[in-house]
Amino acid sequence: MVKKDTWVRIHSVILKAEERTAKLPEDTKHVDFEMWVKGSLKEDAEIGDEVTVITATGREEKGTLIEANPYYTHSYGKFVPEIIEIDKQLREIMQFGGEN
Amino acid sequence: MALAKDYNSVMGRSAEIMRESLGLDFNDFESGSVAFDYEGLMKATGYTIDDVDKIQSKTGVGHTQLLELRNITKLARKYAKPGYGARILVKDEAANASGSFKDRRAACAVAHAKKLGYKGVIAATSGNYGAAVASQAAMQGMKCIIVQECYDSHGVGQPEIVEKARKCEALGAEVIQLTVGPELFYEHLSVMEDSGYFNASLYSPFGIAGVETLGYEIAMDCRELYGKDPEMVVCTQAGGGMVTGTARGLIKAGATDTTVVAASIDLTGLHMASDEQFNKKSCTTGHTGFGVPHATNPDTGDVPRSAARPLRYMDRYVTTTQGEVMYMTEMLANLEGLERGPAGNTALAAAFSLAQELPEDAILVVTETEYTGAGKHIQPQLDFARDNGIEIKFGDPSEDVPGKNIVLPANPGLFKVKDMDLNHLRKSLIKRSVPRANGKKLTAEDIEFLVADTRSDEAFVKSVLDELGVEY
Repeated sequence: MVKKDTWVRIHSVILKAEERTAKLPEDTKHVDFEMWVKGSLKEDAEIGDEVTVITATGREEKGTLIEANPYYTHSYGKFVPEIIEIDKQLREIMQFGGEN
Repeated sequence: MALAKDYNSVMGRSAEIMRESLGLDFNDFESGSVAFDYEGLMKATGYTIDDVDKIQSKTGVGHTQLLELRNITKLARKYAKPGYGARILVKDEAANASGSFKDRRAACAVAHAKKLGYKGVIAATSGNYGAAVASQAAMQGMKCIIVQECYDSHGVGQPEIVEKARKCEALGAEVIQLTVGPELFYEHLSVMEDSGYFNASLYSPFGIAGVETLGYEIAMDCRELYGKDPEMVVCTQAGGGMVTGTARGLIKAGATDTTVVAASIDLTGLHMASDEQFNKKSCTTGHTGFGVPHATNPDTGDVPRSAARPLRYMDRYVTTTQGEVMYMTEMLANLEGLERGPAGNTALAAAFSLAQELPEDAILVVTETEYTGAGKHIQPQLDFARDNGIEIKFGDPSEDVPGKNIVLPANPGLFKVKDMDLNHLRKSLIKRSVPRANGKKLTAEDIEFLVADTRSDEAFVKSVLDELGVEY
């Protein structure tokens, strides 16, 4: 169970695919228009429940509870060997530290 | 009675919501036809360039260093004909409070919102502008909501945008994250209406007035350090605010002979509202997907009339490639000791090629750098590209196919900008402006407006109208 006042992330569908009337490419027409928001849980709930949260600005927002204590996982990425090649090439051309 | 919040009802109230959320009635500047009083709108902010400078100075914005990139200049000269290769300088805008030139735009808008008594500010942006508004809101003691287009339908986010969400939250803002689609505007309007917050639009006259100090400082810095105005200033072109504001600032400083070049990453072929192609991009801003539509159809944003009108100010519009920008980002770190974000190096990648067209005694200024961090860095962006099936290789950047590959220049001599046909863009702007006349003949005022809006002449505008079969 996720306790009341826990910082959580919720998800909701703002427009179902069939409700989307804006000018869209074909692939986008076939998917829902979705939203994710974070806030403090208003009442105890389970993951997957429809809940209400109080956001950082104090708004109430409703959606499906998908994550408690959400955190970021973006990073500096996996190794990309081409970057080392660029560095080597530039140092060679500029002869930093004099000729080798 | 509670207002209906469905899509059609909210969109139907958009004019009213925008008026309330800007404290400015754009109808005051309309002619009822194609023309509107652009300079009148800009003056309506009531802020002189001195006022803006004072606002920005209070909040850690502006007066960034103008750095001479000596090693990059030296390298460019190796590939230029003898006697050529301008000095390349960069305004280190990453040094602004939240890490980009967008602080200039946000400072003015948020200060204005505070003055008018709004309790909070809201902005729709997946870029650095979100962090800028959040930072300024924190300094001014206001609430802040940022609305982002962030994920595809599988919930996969662009690392660059996810990092910007993190930064906005770190600065105290609430972030609303959405999937791909123009309906972002509906959600934006709906929250604006419910919250009563100020619309800190990127395209408001307050935002653009904030960028004028950038052009002004460039002219003043060059005069102090080199005793003359720069021959060329290169601006990244996405929403058009940097080109517009910088050029206006240069003009206000009297630097009227400086060539203003707009530069975008070429993403031709990728549809900006496509769910599938969303994560095939390896740069989320500074590209033609924003740059071209905002140049040819500026009034499509979240204000009735955009104060960012780049075709009025650019002398040239060039493109560079994702591979060139990534290589340049590594070059800036390795040769100048400046680790900065890739998207902010779009203009610099173009400048490396453009400098070779100018003599050695010329000064070329690149208007920005931006902060870097997890997600917003060459390695995660290239790694993300590779994970999304994009081929990364060394070669000739002219072989770049957006969404398919990223071609890193096999050597620095292969950096080469491509010029876009400005007349083609001008024609497009005229064509998109005509419907505002509602089938009536275009007036002399309309013609004059289109001449200014396309930086052309009467003969050109009339020839396009003739071609379109439009009466005037």
